[in-house]
Amino acid sequence: MTLTKNERARRSHEPAAGTEHAAAVERAQREMLHEGSSSPAVRTAERGVRPRIGADVVCEALLRQGVDVLFSYPGGVILPLYDILGDYPELRHILVRHEQGGAHAADGYARVTGKVGVCVGTSGPGATNLVTGIGTAMLDSIPLVAITGNVPSALIGKDAFQEIDINGITLPMTKHNYLVRDADELPRVIAEAFHIARSGRPGPVHVDITKDALQQETAAVHPSGDEVVAGLPGFRPTLEGNYKQLKLAAAEIAAAERPVILAGHGILHAHAEAELKAFAEKINAPIAWTLLGIGAIDETHPLAYGFMGMHGWKHVNRAIQSADLLVALGMRFDDRVTGNVRTYAPYARIVHVDIDPAEIGKNVAVEVPVVGDAKRVLTTLTPMVEAVPADRRKPYLDQLAEWKRESEGSSWHGSGAWRDGLLSADYVVQRIGELTDHEGVYVADVGQNQMWLARYAGFRHPNTHLSSGGLGTMGYSMPAAMGAALGTDREVWAIAGDGGFQMTLQELMTLVQDDIPVKIAIFDNKKLGMIRQWQEIIYAGNYHSAALRGPDYLKLAEAYGIPATKASTPAEVDDAIRFAQAAKGPALVWFEIAGEQNIFPMMPAGKGLSDLIEEWGDAE
Amino acid sequence: MTGDAPAHTAPPSRALPGGGESRLHRLVAIVVDKPGVLNRVSSLMRARNFNIDSLAVSRTDREGYSRMTISLHGDDVAVEQATKQLYRLIDVLKVQDVTAEPTVEHELALVKVRVGEGSRADVLKLIELTRGRVLDVSPDSVIAEVSGSEAEVDNFVACVRDFGIKELVRTGAVVMARGSSSIEEAVKR
Repeated sequence: MTLTKNERARRSHEPAAGTEHAAAVERAQREMLHEGSSSPAVRTAERGVRPRIGADVVCEALLRQGVDVLFSYPGGVILPLYDILGDYPELRHILVRHEQGGAHAADGYARVTGKVGVCVGTSGPGATNLVTGIGTAMLDSIPLVAITGNVPSALIGKDAFQEIDINGITLPMTKHNYLVRDADELPRVIAEAFHIARSGRPGPVHVDITKDALQQETAAVHPSGDEVVAGLPGFRPTLEGNYKQLKLAAAEIAAAERPVILAGHGILHAHAEAELKAFAEKINAPIAWTLLGIGAIDETHPLAYGFMGMHGWKHVNRAIQSADLLVALGMRFDDRVTGNVRTYAPYARIVHVDIDPAEIGKNVAVEVPVVGDAKRVLTTLTPMVEAVPADRRKPYLDQLAEWKRESEGSSWHGSGAWRDGLLSADYVVQRIGELTDHEGVYVADVGQNQMWLARYAGFRHPNTHLSSGGLGTMGYSMPAAMGAALGTDREVWAIAGDGGFQMTLQELMTLVQDDIPVKIAIFDNKKLGMIRQWQEIIYAGNYHSAALRGPDYLKLAEAYGIPATKASTPAEVDDAIRFAQAAKGPALVWFEIAGEQNIFPMMPAGKGLSDLIEEWGDAE
Repeated sequence: MTGDAPAHTAPPSRALPGGGESRLHRLVAIVVDKPGVLNRVSSLMRARNFNIDSLAVSRTDREGYSRMTISLHGDDVAVEQATKQLYRLIDVLKVQDVTAEPTVEHELALVKVRVGEGSRADVLKLIELTRGRVLDVSPDSVIAEVSGSEAEVDNFVACVRDFGIKELVRTGAVVMARGSSSIEEAVKR
């Protein structure tokens, strides 16, 4: 639909002719209709010679922040950025197949590197497609900067083509967000966005930039780090724990007979793994971890006790329920961790350390709150606590060891095959862990596969377990693994159920095009496994929509040009894993796993940690 | 040590945060004066399940800073959580719960009251008694301006309700701590 100038002029709702506003609107409309740009033509000369525009500022700012890769998808209003992107070869650009994949990839990159991940999309649907990935990063406190284009500023609010109020949409799911209409603001805004994303409790920041701002010539200079901090008087994260609170914490620890340390994501964010180990060893207390706290301690460490919560180990939940002190470090007492709060850890006093004051007292009332960065707090706290000799803890630690032996045996299918003859998922996960020497990066999807991975892979290192813990985003694993593989030399495995894999499988082609060596393990039970499990146990076996058909994954992989193999029996598992490892680039393994295997123990929603279901009917 | 728990204590029930008695709280917030900040505050309160009774926003004497007075009901722990959530907003500089502090509190209301030949004098007398002002007079209505504490404004509104209220607008309470302490000065420069 192209209107002539006269037709447009006749339209009564247009602003009065001759005003500055009318001229701006008309210019913007011409641009939207691709009738030629009134802005300075870019690409007329090399970078540094041609005029410097807003889009250049974006690239410069990304480089100043140490960004080396961005995951993005072009579209109408973000094209000015793509027009000059070729002038910045230092910025590797990964063309994803869907913006959600780009956001998850930036998230995966951020989780393995500790750096800020960057994703880019256009206005409207490009921006809304990013939203699931931004939400995933928000709930898991992942440093992410999402950049979107928006329609020219004069058209904002006019329901222009591909216009949506994306600022309003991302507002409640970002740490902060911006709408930039003036290129002169871009240096400050992007510097602030990175500073906010990575400082204090990390999180995603969204920067929406109008097309005219991307095209606008500017001489604005980039601010120094100090100037950025000074410009954000409302953002001063507390890093050091309050000394009086730490003294109280030390007193609680000295008095405790049955302490349990709860290690969360905050340990990884703060790089406090060594401090955690030293602290635990000094007070001889077991460490339990949350889903995102996996990797905070090497699981082979004698004090590493296990994964807690809804599908956590029975022995871990039992220890928490009988503890007289919980020392919670960088975790937020999520409902999957506590179950019913009224019956949670009924004998325990709680010391809660978190960098976000709002997390303390939010879900569970605590005796000693400490606001601060886990590393700094532990560095100060450990010298303040009395060393507890092993013999004082012996009866306690002996009992914990006995509980651990009991519970690890009870839910394990060591034969490799489940009762229907197909693969037992826990066995496959264990073999992937072992054949990679526990040195890989393992990216979970959501559901049963996520819990199997958390429990059976055997984690030795921080930031080698990636999982959408908070938002529980199906389809997370493969795109996140894609980003992770660009940030690490470790072998990266995406562990996906057949449901989650089918949500974002379009990124297979991105793996091929950019030769990203992700090993994909599809755990195919031809079911939405966790849905089926809940329906069996909670909804009286009413299996609506639990059965899921999938394609022939070998043919699918072949169509994409990805080497693939299939394993349906325990004898085939090792060869299949080795096949994927031997492939230079991406590879896919199709594991046919048991159709009705449940993951136990399981704490039904609303129940307490003492109400674990360990078996059900004749299914196990 | 056998069994899951020390034998000498019965399992107590853990108290839920925010389960205490609900009462009216007044929060005073100093925020950066720029577009969208009000939206951030109201969106956060909605998303975190806090119900704002009233919200008054204005400039302060310091350029670039606005002041919000937020009135809400909740137990002390829940309101403390609201305060901490507000601090997570980058544009929020300072939040104080002044509920337990000595404060002065004031609210302004405009009330358009229906009057007739028989009732005009009574209405005008009421306005005078409550130290209100008449801002507009028409043959069948008057606009009264009253100010005072929330309770005083409530009282006036109740008194004129029988005459018929055609329109009512209230600013919501604004409060200020007594004495020389200053939330504006407490904001780090």
